[in-house]
Amino acid sequence: MTDKTVGRRWVVKRGAVLAALAAAGMVVPKELFASWNKAAFEGKTADEVVKALGGSSAAASGEVQIIASDIAENGAVVPIQAVSRLANTQQIAILVLANPNVLAAVFDVGPDIVPDFTTRIKMSQTSNVIVLVKADGKFVSATKEIKVTLGGCGG
Amino acid sequence: MNARLAAALVAALAAVAVFGGARAQDKDDTAKGIEAYREALKDGNPAELFEMAGEELWNKPAGPKNASLQGCDLGLGPGKVEGAFAQLPRYFADTDKVQDVESRLLTCMSALQGIDTQEYVDARFGTPKKNDLIALATYISGASKDKPVAVTLAHPKARQMYELGKRMFFFQAGPHDFSCATCHGEEGRRIRMQDLPNIMTKEGAAAGWTSWPAYRVSSGQMWSMQWRLNDCFRQQRFPEPIYASDMTVALSMYMAANANGSTVATPGIKR
Amino acid sequence: MGSPMRIRAASKDGVTEVRILMNHEMETGQRRDGAGNVVPAWFIQEVKASLNGKNVMQAQWGPSIAKNPYLAFKVKGGKAGDKVSVTWVDNKGDSRTDEANVT
Repeated sequence: MTDKTVGRRWVVKRGAVLAALAAAGMVVPKELFASWNKAAFEGKTADEVVKALGGSSAAASGEVQIIASDIAENGAVVPIQAVSRLANTQQIAILVLANPNVLAAVFDVGPDIVPDFTTRIKMSQTSNVIVLVKADGKFVSATKEIKVTLGGCGG
Repeated sequence: MNARLAAALVAALAAVAVFGGARAQDKDDTAKGIEAYREALKDGNPAELFEMAGEELWNKPAGPKNASLQGCDLGLGPGKVEGAFAQLPRYFADTDKVQDVESRLLTCMSALQGIDTQEYVDARFGTPKKNDLIALATYISGASKDKPVAVTLAHPKARQMYELGKRMFFFQAGPHDFSCATCHGEEGRRIRMQDLPNIMTKEGAAAGWTSWPAYRVSSGQMWSMQWRLNDCFRQQRFPEPIYASDMTVALSMYMAANANGSTVATPGIKR
Repeated sequence: MGSPMRIRAASKDGVTEVRILMNHEMETGQRRDGAGNVVPAWFIQEVKASLNGKNVMQAQWGPSIAKNPYLAFKVKGGKAGDKVSVTWVDNKGDSRTDEANVT
């Protein structure tokens, strides 16, 4: 998935192809998502995810930032802000090490994007959360532990 | 949002730096961490999705009469939504009853749209009919955001409803010998990480009353005050109250009147 | 088809912040229903956003993005009246596109 594939024409073309295939009743939905990195999303460790994204290792970097509260009252919704201050940031990923599959999201950073994304993730339990950044072809990361107090039932 | 989250985190860190004692610091860390978490949730509240859905339902013709709810009188005149929620529950002359937003919606659906609302009363929470009512209530409450709660007890029936709600609030029963006041009649009560507001005070009543309907992150559902009260009854092991019945409206009246002068903050977001 | 998204886009100091709420269950595939059967995974896999028709943002998601997802990101440029369009596609092949004007 390079920046070139993000063109408008590509979207339109893909839509048409999808419609045609769907109409012909000959598609397995999974195969439609050529750009969804299945291997990365099935990774059980940070290493597996880094490899699936095309890297080999990811050193810690002070230029990568995770903004999140230290404690999440409910693991079903944990706000995370992922920021990179590195020039030529190409990709930002959010990983939750204790989740069954560690990768939560990958954002492509094109030339028009400020590498600063906020979203909400699920955490099965207290875990290290990693923001992984690909910049100039190299992977670096920042790690933060977020405690999850599930808080029990009802309420 | 990012600035707000960052500010909350800075405040949390500053607080940690000030308090020296290890145990005090632990406790403070937890409280501040949770505070920062709750603050971060507020922006981008999925309740907005329910507000949108509610507005659409309000404007869309439906029912045997194929009419919208645009002519519904929520107390400020037909079709006037803005500010109406801040003055509910209130006495309505046409029904000769005190009604909250949800019981009033049932009246309008019946009168304007010709809908048999019993199905809506009987529907379980979390099913489509109840979800529609709650989306409507969310839309209506959102149109009173930041307005002062201004509930009047001037009409004798409104006063009666308040007194009934007060009696219900202190009514102690059930296998656990509970009343609402057991949890919500004292300062500083807590269940797990939730601070329980003292509904007898203005501040406590405001904390309870002004933030519902609210999006519950634990279930990913939108809850109205009727649902909240229904669940309070369950937690007390009381018989299930009938949706939009006088008893539920009475409790709302008790809370709302105690919260008079505070600011409507709906739709809220909760654990 | 899915239900509508809530999109807000505000321009400030040459940067447009886009904030999106999406209606989606984001079922993990790890949960069991009342009958004890595993509830199949059902989640948004791809999100794309464009500014005035030009694709600016593309994301891939797994099922551990929270239910009724929230996403905020920042695009260089953009001014009041510009058009932001957002599309998501989920793992069942369902998709949804909504638009908003920059304020």
